[in-house]
Amino acid sequence: MREELLSLIEKNSKIGINELAVLLGANEVDVANELSSLESDGIICGYHTLINWDKTSIEKVTALIEVKVTPQRGQGFDRIAERIYNYPEVKSVYLISGEYDLLVTLEEKTLKEIANFVSDKLSTLDSVLSTATHFILKKYKDHGTVFDKKREDEREVITP
Amino acid sequence: MTKPLSEAVEKLKPSGIRKFFDLVSEMKDAISLGVGEPDFDTPWHIRDEGIFALERGKTFYTSNAGLKELRKEICSYLLRRQQLEYNPDKEILVTVGGSEAIDIGLRALINPGDEVIIPQPSYVSYEPCAILAGAKPVIINLKAENEFRLTADELKNAITPKTKVLILPFPNNPTGAIMERKDLEEIAGVIIEHDIYVMSDEIYAELTYKGEHLSIASLEGMKERTILINGFSKAYAMTGWRLGYVCAPERIIKQMTKIHQFAIMCAPTTSQYAAIEALKNGDDDVKEMKQAYNQRRRFLVNAFKEIGLNCFEPFGAFYVFPCIKEFKMTSEEFATKFLEEEKVAVVPGNAFGESGEGYVRISYAYSLDNLKTAIERLKKFIEKLRNNK
Repeated sequence: MREELLSLIEKNSKIGINELAVLLGANEVDVANELSSLESDGIICGYHTLINWDKTSIEKVTALIEVKVTPQRGQGFDRIAERIYNYPEVKSVYLISGEYDLLVTLEEKTLKEIANFVSDKLSTLDSVLSTATHFILKKYKDHGTVFDKKREDEREVITP
Repeated sequence: MTKPLSEAVEKLKPSGIRKFFDLVSEMKDAISLGVGEPDFDTPWHIRDEGIFALERGKTFYTSNAGLKELRKEICSYLLRRQQLEYNPDKEILVTVGGSEAIDIGLRALINPGDEVIIPQPSYVSYEPCAILAGAKPVIINLKAENEFRLTADELKNAITPKTKVLILPFPNNPTGAIMERKDLEEIAGVIIEHDIYVMSDEIYAELTYKGEHLSIASLEGMKERTILINGFSKAYAMTGWRLGYVCAPERIIKQMTKIHQFAIMCAPTTSQYAAIEALKNGDDDVKEMKQAYNQRRRFLVNAFKEIGLNCFEPFGAFYVFPCIKEFKMTSEEFATKFLEEEKVAVVPGNAFGESGEGYVRISYAYSLDNLKTAIERLKKFIEKLRNNK
């Protein structure tokens, strides 16, 4: 049940326990127990909402920043990653294989704030060797959901 | 020009679905629960292979039987999923959908006056194809109390010395019924005893929600008399690609290939290349879609239970077939009224044979959100009907 349950709530975290039970063909107590153990094991880490900010009048700028760093003795990349993710404006930090080491997602209100973050906070960290900042111009798809595309059902209304 | 057209064709009744279709398509913003095809897009990697085949200029006829690589993949798929062993060179024919296979299969078997046993409710093509092949259709009216499975007694009663072939349509459209091992073993006994053929339409094989699908061809003594029909439409959401296949003993495939060769040439080449990809790398897609169908199926069965609508739990395809006899209306009246008052289209059960009268087919090849809205409307509609009594 675990995998199917996770894939259901990954797509829709608002779904209720009774509905989950119906869809999974399980009973509600089992579903509730499984959910709480998934939460306490840290497998479910949060219930977020996917927002298309472009459709609001609220200004948001998102940047992806590639960061090259020197790993630290005994701690590898963890220490420097923590230094970076502790900033609340940092939305995500991934350790990446390839050309650079960390991929940092940053969300701010203006371009300037992002520029300031990179020049004042990120680049000045001791183990940061270099950064490359990419601004997101448009989000087409996020978390498996395609923004802004309502598909008509093109099937004939009745088929044998 | 006044010379008469073919009497046999003129005598055919048009599909009951068609009549209802015209009604629905006139209605604006109706929700349809009437389709018999998946709501999923063909998985991208499969479409991509189709595109790639076009890019490489694979635009010519294939051999009549279909691409050799595809036939090989079909065989390895049947072995992997259903423990069936077929020879790709002699026992497989790639067809234009399962529907072509039904047509040419019957034409290859039938002599004038032969009888074809057709259990109903079932897919709308069997009876007309049998008639056009020159056979006499013999209908078995399946019963709700048997969960619309075919029983050995029903089969025995329908068999005469003229019986040539039994059509076995499971998992079933429109009822969602399946045949499990013991059901199949019971009828296999009768089939072998009376030495008849079976045309087993297993197009919904992958969409079985209780154990794994079992083909009647895998039972002892059955493979030599079974024409197994399957295809890509339902399992891989590939309806528009028009691709199916048929597996049968060499002597039958030989005759079917002749008709296929003269009437069709070969199945669409682009589709064949895409299908190779589907069989090679599509198992996970099938699993994912099946999981979604199963969730919707549980949702509907549970909703009917809450509404108090009489419905056996279907374990196959993507249909539920609730009984509407309590409302003292024909299925057509029910479906028409439901459409007019609540703007939801379901298919009247009698479109699939007389024994479908008193039932409607509801398809769950729709998103859960869509189904939820439709169920709300159904609830309202049924409350109204019950209160008017």
